[in-house]
Amino acid sequence: MNRMRVTGLMRKEVYEIVRDPSSIAIAFVLPLVLLLIFGYGVSLDARRVPVAEVVDRPTYLTASFLGELAHSPWFHPARYADRASAERAMMQGRVQAILWLRSDFSRRFLSSGEAPIHLTVNGVDANQARIVQNYVNGTWQNWLQRQAALQGQPLALPVAVDVRIWFNPALTSRDYLIPGLIAIIMTLIGALLTALVVAREWERGTMEGIMVTPVAKTEVLVGKLVPYFVMGMGGMMLATAMAVFLFHVPLRGSLAVLVATTALFLLTALGMGLAISVLARSQFVAAMVAIVATFLPAFILSGFLFDIRSMPRAIRILTHIVAARYFVAALQTSFLAGDLWSVILPNLLGLIVLGIVFLGLSALRFRKRLD
Amino acid sequence: MSAIAVNNLRKSFGKGTSRKDALKNVRFEIAEGSMTALIGPDGAGKTTLLRLLAGILQPDAGALQVLGHALPEEALPLQAQIGYMPQRFGLYENLTVEENLTLFADLHNIPEDRRKPRFDELLTMTALGPFRARRAGKLSGGMKQKLGLACTLIHPPKVLLLDEASVGVDPISRRELWSIIHRQVIHEKVTVLLSTAYMDEAERCDHVLLLHEGEILAQGSPADLVAPMQGHSFLLQEAAMTPRALQSQVARLPDVVDTAIQGDGLRIVIKTLDPLPLPPDPAVQGQLKPVPARLEDAFVSLLFNRNPHRSIPLPPAAKAAAHDAAVVEVKSLYRYFGSFAAVKDVSFSVHKGEIFGLLGANGAGKSTTFRMLCGLLPASSGTLRVAGADLRTGEAAARARIGYVSQKFSLYGALSVQQNLSFFATVYGLHRRRKRDRIGWALEELELKDYIAVNAADLPLGYKQRLALACALMHEPSILFLDEPTSGVDPLARREFWARVNALAQGGTTCLVTTHFMEEAEYCDRLVLMSLGEVLAEGSPTEIKGRVRRADRPNPSMEDAFISLIEEHEHVSRRAS
Repeated sequence: MNRMRVTGLMRKEVYEIVRDPSSIAIAFVLPLVLLLIFGYGVSLDARRVPVAEVVDRPTYLTASFLGELAHSPWFHPARYADRASAERAMMQGRVQAILWLRSDFSRRFLSSGEAPIHLTVNGVDANQARIVQNYVNGTWQNWLQRQAALQGQPLALPVAVDVRIWFNPALTSRDYLIPGLIAIIMTLIGALLTALVVAREWERGTMEGIMVTPVAKTEVLVGKLVPYFVMGMGGMMLATAMAVFLFHVPLRGSLAVLVATTALFLLTALGMGLAISVLARSQFVAAMVAIVATFLPAFILSGFLFDIRSMPRAIRILTHIVAARYFVAALQTSFLAGDLWSVILPNLLGLIVLGIVFLGLSALRFRKRLD
Repeated sequence: MSAIAVNNLRKSFGKGTSRKDALKNVRFEIAEGSMTALIGPDGAGKTTLLRLLAGILQPDAGALQVLGHALPEEALPLQAQIGYMPQRFGLYENLTVEENLTLFADLHNIPEDRRKPRFDELLTMTALGPFRARRAGKLSGGMKQKLGLACTLIHPPKVLLLDEASVGVDPISRRELWSIIHRQVIHEKVTVLLSTAYMDEAERCDHVLLLHEGEILAQGSPADLVAPMQGHSFLLQEAAMTPRALQSQVARLPDVVDTAIQGDGLRIVIKTLDPLPLPPDPAVQGQLKPVPARLEDAFVSLLFNRNPHRSIPLPPAAKAAAHDAAVVEVKSLYRYFGSFAAVKDVSFSVHKGEIFGLLGANGAGKSTTFRMLCGLLPASSGTLRVAGADLRTGEAAARARIGYVSQKFSLYGALSVQQNLSFFATVYGLHRRRKRDRIGWALEELELKDYIAVNAADLPLGYKQRLALACALMHEPSILFLDEPTSGVDPLARREFWARVNALAQGGTTCLVTTHFMEEAEYCDRLVLMSLGEVLAEGSPTEIKGRVRRADRPNPSMEDAFISLIEEHEHVSRRAS
């Protein structure tokens, strides 16, 4: 490798980055926008779920129970006169669940200490339905316990569950989602940056001019890789800062480990972009391939949203070639658990292997030729 | 010793049944320090040959040697010694003139101390000195091309490969480019191989290679190639008919190889050495005098001999078109892009059945004017009337009466010829009978029958152009807009194209054509000469050339006229400011 040629190519790339806003947009504006949209939009928690309340015979007990519900952050209750109108509201999608306190609610509580409630949940979104069911159940149990305590008799529950949640004690799904989201965004940025700029050179005919100079192909590749690696790291810094300061995601691991993981992942992602650009010589095709071949698998198969362990075996095997899978796991550990080497090391190893594969593939397939 | 030696070279593209030979059994040698022109119809394999010599394509068979390096094995050491300028030299548009030069100096590993004198030399040679700090994207077409050449010459190379370096640039830049290239040969002993569409450039080279369908059809010095043609060329003058009508009469004679309008006369090339028997029509009779043969005559005649069946459509017998009402009227038209005026105060009018040309280099504002005329781009100010409709109000009415062939032909590459025709017929609202008739007409008239099932993307350029023309004519428009239809097309296909346009005009269709080939002005009834968004002159070719006639230049060419008018215009505007 000749130093003058490589620095010449890198200097050219820097001028282009500075003067052409499109790559700056990819590296900095894209993570900013995506993180804002997804960070605020995607949440697996149920909050302020609209619930219809139907009370057949209101008493001070029903009022007390419903008061509990109204004060909880999870529900947004609305009172309906009878079950028929509540069902209508459910049909129209105005409420997600119906809580029905039948006429014997107070009587049975006073006589036997049990107060049956009747809950109908809209099960279209199974995940949300399960959450609503659990929340109502929890609120009900709490209320029963409190009432029993007030009356001086302990509630007889067969087993007392003492739940303790680790790593994300408040169970905020955002804390868990944002590190994964950063991994997805970095996948897109890494692949788009290189795939687009190389395809652009083919489109504008600049590549043909460059090829008939004594430049070696590794020099061309390094000249592309280094500037966009720096850009990508900048984008990652921005995303991390947003995660910590805007979304208040804890960063429990060390910065050094985070930087090292990111660097490894970025090389892999840029390698994927280069490999794509070897095949696709127009910006449009390159962008399409980059999205379909990197972003979508990262979204679906990285374990960011869907647990890999619950996938069928064939798909599970397939996830091993999705670089984002390793990065998602490493980032989630870095942010929420800390420098947990037993988790981070195998994932780093996965990234190293994939990085070698993709960079090697583009070095092998990139030719200083048109055919 | 020869700088380039090629033996039994073969190269094909594609796989299986779509495999196509781009070059077959090519064999030639180029002497060191000589200048060789590569000419041939479009798709003959010129670009492929140059790319092979630059080491960026792999030959299928044969031996290739450039400066003693065998290709493709020794491409890398060779590339340090050659300069190659692809057809569309990709400059980095976001980089300044100097930064582009620096990049190529870096790539060629030129030590710091040698750079400054070399940069100064190249910038002086290309007259780009004052624009050192300007971004390449903000240069005019001619300046970009000169900068591309300067980047190619940076090391300096021992062999220079140029792929149509001067196509599309204005005549002044073309002359400058040529003198730079020529200087490399004379002073630096550089071996030059250039492909070109301009016969006058080929004529000035030491050696000419004529490539056709991947084979070398002829090679030798221009004089050698022209010699057998001496005595075959004549100029017919002072006939009662207009040269265009004359052409349609003469071109159908059996022994005539080629006809071309030249000023007020008709240049005729015939097969035999016998005097040409003119048709008995008295209006055709005129003064027939022998003229010296040109390289173009040899080129056309060689291709003609090879494909005698290739029929050039003959315009129907001339019927005097009624040149009355103006069908296109443009008054003080302006178009701004931001603060940049792409079209400034352009006015002209076109009559029914006329062939009207918009001539100028790339970036002169021709295409912008065209897009406004077709209603594709709103004008910033001024009036535009097309087919009697004001484009600002009655756009749809006007559009039904116009046909438009864009620079890139806008065909659907994945559809066959038949499917493209059918699609465009449907788009123009033709049904059943009429649709069938028009498609039949197009296949017949534009000779597309042999290609009916071929996808548009796989057609040779000349046929793409025909198909685009057919699609634009589906609804029998009364006005036809042709944007750079002859760009990149060889002389033979260009003649064929103009004969078609001629026939259309004779049939009453008004044709507006843009072109950057100055000599194509001869095919137009009237034209405007444009430069940097302004009209330099309007009138018939003879009128425009007459404006620059001087004692020392009794027969100015359109190129002379263009250059004089630009110089005059610059002089006036400099004085005004």
